[in-house]
Amino acid sequence: MTEYRYVGKPRRTKEDRRFVTGQGSFVGDIKCRAMKHVALVMSPFPSAEIKSIDASEALALDGVHYILTGTELENATNSLMSGLDLPNYQRYPLASKVTRYAGEWVAAVVADSRYIAEDAAELVYVDYEALDFVVDPEEAIKPGAPIVHPEIGGNIFFQRKFEWGAVDDDFSSADHAISYRARWSRNSTVPIETFGVVAQWNSSEELLDVWASIQMPKYQEQIGNALKLSSNNVRVHYDVDVGGSYGVKRGIKHSVLVGYLSMKLGYPVRLIEDRLENMIGGDAHGPDRIFDVDMAFDGEGIVKSMRMRALDDAGASPGRAPLQLGKPVTAIVGPYRIRSVEYEAISVSTHKTTQEAVRGFGQSPTNFAIEAGIDKVARFLNLDRFEIRRRNFIEKDEFPYEIPSGTSYDSGDYHTVLSKTEKLANISSLLAKRDRIRAEGKFAGIGIATCLEPSGGNAGFEPLFNEKNPTTTWMESCQVKIDLNGSITGIIATTSAGQGHESLVSTVIGEVLQRNPASIRITRTDSLASLPSNSPVGSRMAIMLGGAAQGASEKIRKQLIRIAAHNLQMPVDQLEYGNGDVVTIKEPKNKIEWCELIEIAHRRYHDLPDDMEPGLQARHVWEVPTGGSMPTPDGKVQMYPCYSFEAHIPLVSIDPLTGQVTIHDYYIGHDCGTQINPHIVHGMTYGGIAHGIGAALYEKFEYNDDGQLLAGTFMDYLLPSAHEIPKVKMVDHCTPSPLTPMGQKGSGEGGYLGAPAAIASAVNDALEPLGSEILTLPMRVQDIEEVLCDAI
Amino acid sequence: MSEQYLKKINVTVNGVSQVAQIPPRMTLLDFLRDELDLTGSHAGCEHGVCGACSVIHDGAPVRSCLMYAVQADGCEVTTVEGLSHADGTLSILQDCFCETHAMQCGYCTPGMLIAGHSLLQENSSPSEMQIVEAIGGNICRCTGYRQIIEAIALAASRLKEAS
Repeated sequence: MTEYRYVGKPRRTKEDRRFVTGQGSFVGDIKCRAMKHVALVMSPFPSAEIKSIDASEALALDGVHYILTGTELENATNSLMSGLDLPNYQRYPLASKVTRYAGEWVAAVVADSRYIAEDAAELVYVDYEALDFVVDPEEAIKPGAPIVHPEIGGNIFFQRKFEWGAVDDDFSSADHAISYRARWSRNSTVPIETFGVVAQWNSSEELLDVWASIQMPKYQEQIGNALKLSSNNVRVHYDVDVGGSYGVKRGIKHSVLVGYLSMKLGYPVRLIEDRLENMIGGDAHGPDRIFDVDMAFDGEGIVKSMRMRALDDAGASPGRAPLQLGKPVTAIVGPYRIRSVEYEAISVSTHKTTQEAVRGFGQSPTNFAIEAGIDKVARFLNLDRFEIRRRNFIEKDEFPYEIPSGTSYDSGDYHTVLSKTEKLANISSLLAKRDRIRAEGKFAGIGIATCLEPSGGNAGFEPLFNEKNPTTTWMESCQVKIDLNGSITGIIATTSAGQGHESLVSTVIGEVLQRNPASIRITRTDSLASLPSNSPVGSRMAIMLGGAAQGASEKIRKQLIRIAAHNLQMPVDQLEYGNGDVVTIKEPKNKIEWCELIEIAHRRYHDLPDDMEPGLQARHVWEVPTGGSMPTPDGKVQMYPCYSFEAHIPLVSIDPLTGQVTIHDYYIGHDCGTQINPHIVHGMTYGGIAHGIGAALYEKFEYNDDGQLLAGTFMDYLLPSAHEIPKVKMVDHCTPSPLTPMGQKGSGEGGYLGAPAAIASAVNDALEPLGSEILTLPMRVQDIEEVLCDAI
Repeated sequence: MSEQYLKKINVTVNGVSQVAQIPPRMTLLDFLRDELDLTGSHAGCEHGVCGACSVIHDGAPVRSCLMYAVQADGCEVTTVEGLSHADGTLSILQDCFCETHAMQCGYCTPGMLIAGHSLLQENSSPSEMQIVEAIGGNICRCTGYRQIIEAIALAASRLKEAS
């Protein structure tokens, strides 16, 4: 394995210092002169016709400047983009004629302060006529159900059934088959910072400046399209720290709203959601999915085939939600050698808040559904749950391994990672501990989940779900320059939400140029000055931004060697780069040092090779490894190049009286190839596990029968605190990817992709003596208590 | 701001006396952020659950989103900006947060530092359970808390060495 100087070494991150001193620059910290503030009027009805809006009293309030309604906005702007091909469908930031969920924005108030804007929002009188609504996705697709978008002709946004391999044959020839339903309830990442955006229109420049807590690909183009501006009239500033996102910070409706207001009113306008606006009306809920699964297997527990029907409740607008049914195609068999699959994806519209991209883009719910089945097969055959996984794992010498859906997994060593995790957990003593807790009269269980993290993709789910969108690339870029004094700057084109991109890029540049990463400045451009970028989505930045930074740095290194070759009158293959100097391999004393190389590049044009540009900079736009191919007609596709792997083993107990789950121990083995910064990888994995524990036990956007969201605050939407999160113990493994420059794979979604499945597995192991099972997440105290009451 | 009635307050923030005329309904958080430009304290939930807005008020950690600024009249307030030394060097706790990478997005970090700082003022050698207790009212969505707990434990041991 390659020995690195900086990569993989424990190093402080570049970003932390500004955060511990309170000097982060979040969107709420952006202040523009004469900036006005927005508050929103939200619909109290899940569906209603807007008969009229009377804003006169609100407008009369001192400090109130404008009330924007949906009708005005709809007449002035273009529809927001949809990921699907829905010809008649349109979406605008404010409802105009009809509201489609309780909490949908109906009007926006602009005032001198947020306080006054909120006062005024309460004085906007909307005359509604309540309409029929539906919040249950299975009810929504029955004949006669209220239709959320009549222009689409029904409540199905998207439906497609894929068949890869001889599914029917494999089922009919298998010894056994099981069927089950697994339910992943609506939750989300719920960052502590809500979404916020500031827009400032400069009429003389005809330029809309935007600062936002955004994690959105093609953001400036989407704003430009909606506001009928050329996208070079939109300048998105990437030097805004994003206070957590994990997928959901996609506030396009917010951004178009304040962009329009700033253009209309002539002053900067800011919208920072309050918590209620965020939870109810921010359009940032996550997958809400019903899985109906059949698995066919033989007497040894070898799973031959799987049928999976995934029905997802996208809420009121398609957004990118339906595409979250697409990503799992790329890891539809998990780490197992299942040879045929039928997968039906159905995206359904209901009168609920719109769903947005959430960490893993649909993979974590799918992993939960697959893992639940593997556990069930083990129980059916009375096999050990660890052993059945070992029997079904792809072997390490089978890579690259093509799964039935056409995806080739790059590399992996699942057996070793599982065995390292079992060793870390000391399984025999963990079993003894479980049995000791059981002997005390509690229920106790050990969980197991072995899951994949697809990473660094080319957005191949776009053409898979919408043939009019032939996307096969999802490039990322980096520019590296060295100034006259020899200082190195890396320039990136994205906001970050805690992923440590400055640390990543400085480490990679430092590694290639053999300069201390601490001395390398990383800066962020704006959308006009930037090279092509696609934002930090899909666990891609270690791969894609790392690859771009490496490419740019290597170009510079080559330039330096060529400058030396020209001046030493030597062929390049007889020279060697070392610590910034270029030396002659045979006579190391014969060399040109860093400072002189830089001076030649910047000043001594007469000493440069004839075809070389002066100055010292390089840009690199890196294409996704394995990108560039469209899905086949039967839906086979290579969306992601790299596949990280994780094995989770938690021990939980359940209080027999209350149903409360306590996590006593938590072990994880994690393989994301080469780690650029172990601190960052470990932190994201710990955080992903915590997020997954929330999804498994606590977090739910519950709606009642009246279509009202019952979890609009942190009193009702329960986020795990330090009390609920156990002391996770982790073991690393490194199977380098053959597709990336340093062998790195993605890790930003790690932990989260297996923790819900692992906790569910542990709870069900605990409930097994009762003959009970729960396959609905979250398994809240009341849900478990109900099962206990039924069983005891 | 078009607010009709303003109240004069005098608050000592990070050791500096601050006199201001503010609307009585202004929260302490908004006063610190918008009037004093101390933007290290963050609005998370604005209903007292997440702890991102934590500051030290007369020696005890409080939620600045749940207090009106007028309630701090005559009081001493320390924000995250007040934790560093006067010469700009990091406090031991801040340095330990960097050492263990006790954050990702940095949004909850000021509140976590306030919670950890307050704990270490009271208890120089906290157990892991006591650290969990001290940060139990602060929500972090990035880290799973592990590296925060490590940072506070590391700070306790370094403070002991330093004393």
